[in-house]
Amino acid sequence: MMNNPAHNLLDEALGLNDDAVSGSSCGGGSGSVLLIEDSVETSGAFILHHLMKRSLSPQRPSDVIIFLSFAHPFSHYDRILRKMGCNLVMKRDNKRFLYHDLLMLKYPGPDGDQEKAIESMLLGLYGKLQKTVELCSLPETNKNITIMIDDVSLMEVAANGSSNRVLDFLHYCYSLTTEYGCSVVILDHEDIYSSTDRPSPLLQMEYLANVVIRAEPLATGLASDVHGQLTVFNKGVRHGFGGLKGKIHNFHFKIKENNVEYFYPGSRT
Amino acid sequence: MAAEAIGRALRDGALEGEHAPALTIKDSSDAPLGPFVFNHIFIQLSSNILAKKSQSQGIVLVTFARSPSFYVELLKSKGIDIASSKKWLRILDCYTDPLGWKSRLAESGVISNPSPKSSTSVTTNMCRNVKDLDSLFSSIIELGRDLITDAKGRFAVVMDSVSEILRHATTSSAAVLLSSLRSHDQISCLLWLLHEDLHEIKTTAALEYMSSMVASIEPIIQPLNGHRGNSENLSLIEQNFGRGKFHVRFKRRNGRVRLMSEELHVEHTGIKFMATASEDGMNAQSLVPKVQFNLQLSEKERNDRANVVLPFEHQGNGKTIDIYDGRKSLTESKPETSNEKLQSSENSGRGEIIYFRDSDDERPDSDEDPDDDLDI
Repeated sequence: MMNNPAHNLLDEALGLNDDAVSGSSCGGGSGSVLLIEDSVETSGAFILHHLMKRSLSPQRPSDVIIFLSFAHPFSHYDRILRKMGCNLVMKRDNKRFLYHDLLMLKYPGPDGDQEKAIESMLLGLYGKLQKTVELCSLPETNKNITIMIDDVSLMEVAANGSSNRVLDFLHYCYSLTTEYGCSVVILDHEDIYSSTDRPSPLLQMEYLANVVIRAEPLATGLASDVHGQLTVFNKGVRHGFGGLKGKIHNFHFKIKENNVEYFYPGSRT
Repeated sequence: MAAEAIGRALRDGALEGEHAPALTIKDSSDAPLGPFVFNHIFIQLSSNILAKKSQSQGIVLVTFARSPSFYVELLKSKGIDIASSKKWLRILDCYTDPLGWKSRLAESGVISNPSPKSSTSVTTNMCRNVKDLDSLFSSIIELGRDLITDAKGRFAVVMDSVSEILRHATTSSAAVLLSSLRSHDQISCLLWLLHEDLHEIKTTAALEYMSSMVASIEPIIQPLNGHRGNSENLSLIEQNFGRGKFHVRFKRRNGRVRLMSEELHVEHTGIKFMATASEDGMNAQSLVPKVQFNLQLSEKERNDRANVVLPFEHQGNGKTIDIYDGRKSLTESKPETSNEKLQSSENSGRGEIIYFRDSDDERPDSDEDPDDDLDI
């Protein structure tokens, strides 16, 4: 199981093992929204890397990732993915990894109508995103598109803390899932909202998502051979009319130099 | 039961000079089955309208959380005739472009013009500014008037998420919208879905005041506070994805409140409502303590009871008394009843208590604690 990284507990929990050939690159088939929640103690970025590698693998030639990066420059992801055996520069040149550098995206400044300025900034960003999606989903190319956002908390910083505007943006991303069949993968931090009263922006995102992955430290503290635990809430197919029940998976992980091991609690000696 | 009662109330619609009945469906992330209930009731209402059983002649569906095509597929999957939808269904699409971003981008040429929705065969109007609740109101009424055939006709309004409205607007302006819809004389009934945990308690309460029925979905298993990811009870929490408690509160005009409680199961074909296993939940909630039985017996009942011949009672028909005590077969049993502690009154046949000790090695009326060998 560990030798074949395409088949591990994470993929199983996301329901990816069944549709290894068809379907999209992230959980729940095409049109799904996947939310990764991590915390200060346990970073969930490796899940993003895992999904990136999976989408860009040679077995899925029609997958395209549109990556909105608020967190790291391209070279950061390139280094990580190279260790995992995936050449990101090549994928970028092949137009399979469309990286948008938004590190310097800043809310224009306090002069004038603040709300308007934030909205037009996000509107501009959304325009770029939809244009890219349109180009990728032309009938002759017809790609499986995954939109990845790393990460929403920094997007809120760019939007001067206006989480409602960010939620508007995410709603528009979500509307692309029905229009173009894209998938959306969002990374966000759980603990930055811990003091927020209702309505919590994170909860709003959970309602949007049909798969939520939570990366947490072990309840008992850190252990040398376990780096944390993942809980995957798979709500089933969002467009199911009744039908599929949701499932919850829980397992531990250990991050190694160039891959990650997933195992059930207590299954390692 | 509860779901049918809701269906009847929505079907019967509003009385002349009264507000239209309104239903709030309330769920939370601990019991995320609200959309299932919403779909169920929406389908129920649609089929009532198609069968011309209901007061309303059509539905205006306001979509915030899911695309119009989702609902078209839903109706198709339930075998509801979409071809005739021109006569009874209008969709106000607040999902695709709620803030007008797409139309602004299309105007400035950044993105291509949104293709006219040829995929959905249902008449759909686009709402491009959900923040303007006044225009939202007038678009709903306009769409609804289109459906009405005669002057007295009414239509139903169905909204798939009030939580989205509340994200864009204040509680008071949302309340104005909903209450003006309720009091509009062409609206037969209203129904909306609310995610309770996204709002402050006062907001939820305000919306509940405006509804004549509140259907709330509560988790079967309460998660421990603050330990949502606790792996020990994950399998318990998982059950909340498939089942839920379904409480409905009906408010009558005269102020009477009726509560109904059921259990909700998600199944392959949809959802199913079942009677709650125990009625405790309901009894605890009923406002007036009611006892379902009499504590006193009347004279006649007392006589009748005395005349009942119990199956193990000595029949007194002259034969030797052979009573099977469960330890030896009747054929080989000799009348050993003398050393049994058989305490029977002299006039056998009525008012008799027959007592057998369970086993001979038990001392009669032992004070010994039967569990004292347990090491707890």
